[in-house]
Amino acid sequence: MAQVVIRNLNKKFDEVHAVKDVNLDIRDKEFMVFVGPSGCGKTTTLRMIAGLESVTSGQILIGERVVNDLPPMDRDIAMVFQNYALYPHMSVYDNMAFGLKMRKFDREEIRRRVHEAADILGIRDYLHRKPRQLSGGQRQRVALGRAIVRHPQVFLFDEPLSNLDAKLRVQMRVELKKLHERLGTTAVYVTHDQVEAMTLGDRVVVMRDGVVQQVGEPLELYNRPANLFVAGFLGSPAMNFSRVRVAAANGGLRIENEGLRLAVPPPLAGRVGRYVGRELTFGIRPEDLRIATEADPRDLSFEAVVEVVERLGSETLLDLSVGADTMVAAVEPDAPARVRGRLRLAVNPERMHFFDPATETAV
Amino acid sequence: MIEGAVWRKWVFFYIPLAAFVFLLLFPFYWMIITAVRPDAELYRPWNAPNYAPFWTANPTLEHIRYLLEETLFSTWMLNTMIIALVSTLISLVCGVFAGYALARLNFPFAGGLGTGIFVTYLVPQTLLFIPLSDIVRNFRLGDTPWALILTYPTFLIPFCTWLMMGYFKAIPKELEECARIDGASRFKAMLYIILPIAVPGILSAGIFAFTLSWNEFIYALVFLSSPEQKTVPVGVTSELIRGDVFFWGPLMAGALLGSIPVALVYSFFVEHYVAGLTGSVKG
Repeated sequence: MAQVVIRNLNKKFDEVHAVKDVNLDIRDKEFMVFVGPSGCGKTTTLRMIAGLESVTSGQILIGERVVNDLPPMDRDIAMVFQNYALYPHMSVYDNMAFGLKMRKFDREEIRRRVHEAADILGIRDYLHRKPRQLSGGQRQRVALGRAIVRHPQVFLFDEPLSNLDAKLRVQMRVELKKLHERLGTTAVYVTHDQVEAMTLGDRVVVMRDGVVQQVGEPLELYNRPANLFVAGFLGSPAMNFSRVRVAAANGGLRIENEGLRLAVPPPLAGRVGRYVGRELTFGIRPEDLRIATEADPRDLSFEAVVEVVERLGSETLLDLSVGADTMVAAVEPDAPARVRGRLRLAVNPERMHFFDPATETAV
Repeated sequence: MIEGAVWRKWVFFYIPLAAFVFLLLFPFYWMIITAVRPDAELYRPWNAPNYAPFWTANPTLEHIRYLLEETLFSTWMLNTMIIALVSTLISLVCGVFAGYALARLNFPFAGGLGTGIFVTYLVPQTLLFIPLSDIVRNFRLGDTPWALILTYPTFLIPFCTWLMMGYFKAIPKELEECARIDGASRFKAMLYIILPIAVPGILSAGIFAFTLSWNEFIYALVFLSSPEQKTVPVGVTSELIRGDVFFWGPLMAGALLGSIPVALVYSFFVEHYVAGLTGSVKG
């Protein structure tokens, strides 16, 4: 068990600056998820923690030790790879025992630990098979087993679920979560899938172009994104954005463009007030829109034309055109909507987001 | 397979296949039939009434007996075997390490070095034997097996290196990274993980290297002179062709016996060999 501390971490590959000044405290027993689009530096950061990439500048500490110059074998970590990286010429048992054999554990202890891990993961029956005789999910479990027999200080996961089919991925996600709760080992998990990030992480790091965008608990990131990128990256369907102009009206504030004319709720007015006469990016999540009733005030609702209706069963997604913008609204499953029909939609005033168009940071 | 009418199968598959098999096997047949044909039949003129070049009614082992008892053939076999095995072993060890280094270790100019090694393989032996013979003489290795054991790797190492490099590149590097996290040093990861997976590639390289050195002619011809030092290809052709007289029977018997070890090596390892040429590793 250990914390992982990253200080001013940088990585340059020739011309490419892949990781820029990353600072992070990963607490003991925490499940930390790195998420971001491909090429954002999340895997490179993980590989630097593992010792598979050299550090250009900065420090990485595991526990109390600076590990910058330690080879991977001395860092007391275990890693699960996207393609599982099972040793194809060894049985499942030998795959799991390899790390312990390398560390000169005695035979009895190796046997005990491998069986213990195999029981946790439900792969006891496959111990004598070769990896090629296993299904994708079973291979994934072996890869996990190989990591947990070592009782390392930190688990590193590099997109471990992305080679599985959708159903199995959901199942393994739950198992990973359970496993972490049971073992309590600090875990660093890299994924490009925001659902995995939200569901697995105690905290989530969102990265883009080698820069950390925001660190926080999943719901904190979801409800209070620090910038436009985080707001758009987390959540599916993604948050709606619309360029608006801020105006003063009747003692309050108003945002407006071709299709929208909404009152700014008083709690936000202070921060938005600085932008009177200027433009802002307004953001609202699809689930914070609903079909308006007569009771809804006119200045917290707007009119839209329905372009596409997607009925998912649990909810209905409406693709709308609002002035020059398109928006998505997630409304109740049996919502009375038809293509090309006009609708009034009400916004949840507590969940409106505003971003500075130049800096893209939240207002 | 070819789909459709039966005649299409014959025209596009069976007949070309038969022609190909015939072309490949006929020299072997000719070699065998000549090796067991008595001299009287061998030197019968083509217009004699009982001329039958493709068959013999009186097979004989006389040529083989002559080859084994009256010539140094068994010595040549032994020489060839030792030289081929040792030079293959040297080349494999060097080729595996060099191939691994070029495929995995990111050192400066690795790409250029790889190409350079390949280019040396392209220099024809017919040019290279001239400077090499100078070197062999300077080291006083002429007319010893070492002349060949040390010169064959000049073309075997580039070949093995290139083949192994390709094979190592096809092995996912995560396997090795995982092993290194699991507690293996780079060398141990190579020894316990990469080499066992690369066995088909190593076997292919070994078979090729063995065959190349077994059949090699020009260095053996130039660097060895006394009959008891010679290898099979040189021994047979230099001792059984005297002036313009070809001793066809023993000559073909020598070719036949000389090709047996290579045939054995191939048939033993053919499955691994094919895997080495076509496949790599499935995760």
